[in-house]
Amino acid sequence: MWDYTDKVKELYTNPKNVGKIDDADVVAEVGSIVCGDALKLYLKIDDNDIITDAKFETFGCGSAIASSSALTEMIVGKNVKEVEKITNQDIVKYLGGLPEEKMHCSVMGHEALEKALKQLKGEKVEDHVDEEGEIICHCFGVTDDLIRRVIRENNLKTVEDITNYTKAGGACGSCIPKLEDILEEEAAKPASDKKKEETKKPLTNIRRMQLVEETITNVIRPILQEDRGDIELVDIDGKNVYVALRGSCSNCMVSNVTLKNLVEAKLREYVENDIVVHEIK
Amino acid sequence: MERVVYLDNNATTMVAPEVVDAMLPYLSGKYGNPSSIHSFGGDVGADIAQAREKIARFVGADHDYEIVITGSGTESDNLAILGSIAYYKDKRHIITSRVEHPAVISLCKKLERDGYRITYVPVDAKGNLDLAYLKESVDDDTAIVSIMYANNETGVIFPVEEIGEFLKEKGIPFHVDAVQAAGKIPIDVNKINCRLLTISGHKFHAPKGIGALYVRRGTRLRPVLYGGHQEKGRRPGTENVAGIIGMAKAAELAMEHLANIDEMKRLRDKLEEGLLSAFKNASLNGDKEKRVPNTSNIGFEFIEGEAILLYLDAKGIAASSGSACSSGSLEPSHVLRAMGVPFTSAHGSIRFSLSRYTTEEEIDYTLKTMPEIVNRLLTISPYWDNEKQEGKPINL
Ligand SMILES: Cc1ncc(COP(=O)(O)O)c(C=O)c1O
Ligand code: FES
Repeated sequence: MWDYTDKVKELYTNPKNVGKIDDADVVAEVGSIVCGDALKLYLKIDDNDIITDAKFETFGCGSAIASSSALTEMIVGKNVKEVEKITNQDIVKYLGGLPEEKMHCSVMGHEALEKALKQLKGEKVEDHVDEEGEIICHCFGVTDDLIRRVIRENNLKTVEDITNYTKAGGACGSCIPKLEDILEEEAAKPASDKKKEETKKPLTNIRRMQLVEETITNVIRPILQEDRGDIELVDIDGKNVYVALRGSCSNCMVSNVTLKNLVEAKLREYVENDIVVHEIK
Repeated sequence: MERVVYLDNNATTMVAPEVVDAMLPYLSGKYGNPSSIHSFGGDVGADIAQAREKIARFVGADHDYEIVITGSGTESDNLAILGSIAYYKDKRHIITSRVEHPAVISLCKKLERDGYRITYVPVDAKGNLDLAYLKESVDDDTAIVSIMYANNETGVIFPVEEIGEFLKEKGIPFHVDAVQAAGKIPIDVNKINCRLLTISGHKFHAPKGIGALYVRRGTRLRPVLYGGHQEKGRRPGTENVAGIIGMAKAAELAMEHLANIDEMKRLRDKLEEGLLSAFKNASLNGDKEKRVPNTSNIGFEFIEGEAILLYLDAKGIAASSGSACSSGSLEPSHVLRAMGVPFTSAHGSIRFSLSRYTTEEEIDYTLKTMPEIVNRLLTISPYWDNEKQEGKPINL
């Protein structure tokens, strides 16, 4: 059983501000039923930029309900300017703490708030992809921007931390190398620049072939094998890589990336960013 | 809290009062070491021999020396698989199912990293094992097949007798994880034709931390632990005497109780039918017929399992869930995923598991309590239309 604080228990037992506001000035929805939690936030704001009412609907566990309730309680009666400064840590503080594994619930609350405020300012918010950068974790649809922000705001150090706060890396795990890269980059910027330069240098044909083979053996195959899949390198012709694939990313529940995309993404990451993968059936 | 309505018996069970009584002497006066020469210890040795016979009878074993006592179901599973492959060193292929308990799956994942080829046999939407797939997967390299008797989450029973017969002809060792079958359906190792079979005491009203592995006479098995001569060297270590006595008593009681198992099934069905007819958003996970009589796994669409459990807990009802949040794993249960249960209900799956101590009153109380909880969570859910009283279309 989770070690929830009394405040969390109180708020999931008797959440405040449940429901919707029919004439809301802004409605923001984050998360999805696939991931196991989702939050829809409704705000009513007056002419002086004061949030006069906030309501929510949540699909999620005890701490998700409590975080949603906490968020609405924290913002009602406040000026939008003030509310902009709220972070997920403030939500956690309000709750008297959350178990590490449940930190993502507070992040979801904050995400909804941020999205709502952006919409309010008339910034067009499209779902995930375009607005908030590249999707790093396909299982949970977590973007680069979100991960970096959460790392900075919560001073995260390990991949497990990232998983606890954002869920990224918590399913198939194929994004973990990327999460490690992001952690490294956030810890020391120069390191990242060096890496990018390195990959930008044009490769000789032989070197490229070597790198493709190494990446398939050391990076891609282990990922696929975790899921009973496998890969065979059939041919390399310039930047065209021909592979045969077996099995499916069965663990990756929401994976909208096909295996081919995964292989291509990895090769682009490790070898050259314009590699094209062809699947031989 | 007042008395709990305990509907989580697949997780663990209450120790039967008769079992406690049987164990108590060994926790006080009768503390001798069964290996000792003096009669103070030797008497205890004789009691263990008797207990072993009872456990042998419980699984239908021909000889009491076919029972190896272990420290848990997990340990028995590990001993069965590791002990077999250590003997058949040149064979590098293992067959199991996608819905096994972590005691088997995690071990297989580890062996996979060590270079073993593992076949995870799939299940269909009702959780039934793909028997044809299993048969096709067997080859000359297969060292062992390990399949559970009944699934812990759905209660679905696998066709172990058919598998056993098939493998017997091929001469391939067959291990059955019968942890969730023991005490719920009769077990007969000779009907199953298995060489190895695992049970765990705490699932049938013995204490936690005691299990057994049936090892058919003549079966090649190397020990995992090395030490003294206990359990004929197959599982050394001074015996958990009270645990063994307790498990034997529990086995005896469970066999007696199998005669009234229909009552347990009646209560389970009452609960299940009551819930399925009360909620539009509820559906059954697992095959309705081929199931142990105590388990019901119900998916509630549009609401989340951990939240249901917390609300149930507040009402004094204990159950469990395959939701991601309740497990801390971020993903819903591997069993439900293997069955292809849609996410809209996998996250809201609740497992109720009864025991012979479950009363009709408790079932009625649960049926009475659930609507309040489910409706409350539906009201909070963004996926539920409160005016129309139906789910909203979801774009995934
Ligand atoms: C099918 C199955 N196998 C093995 C085990 C493990 O048994 P134990 O808890 O005694 O280690 C369990 C218990 O959860 C189980 O349900
Ligand atoms: S866990 Fe991140 S992509 Fe699967």
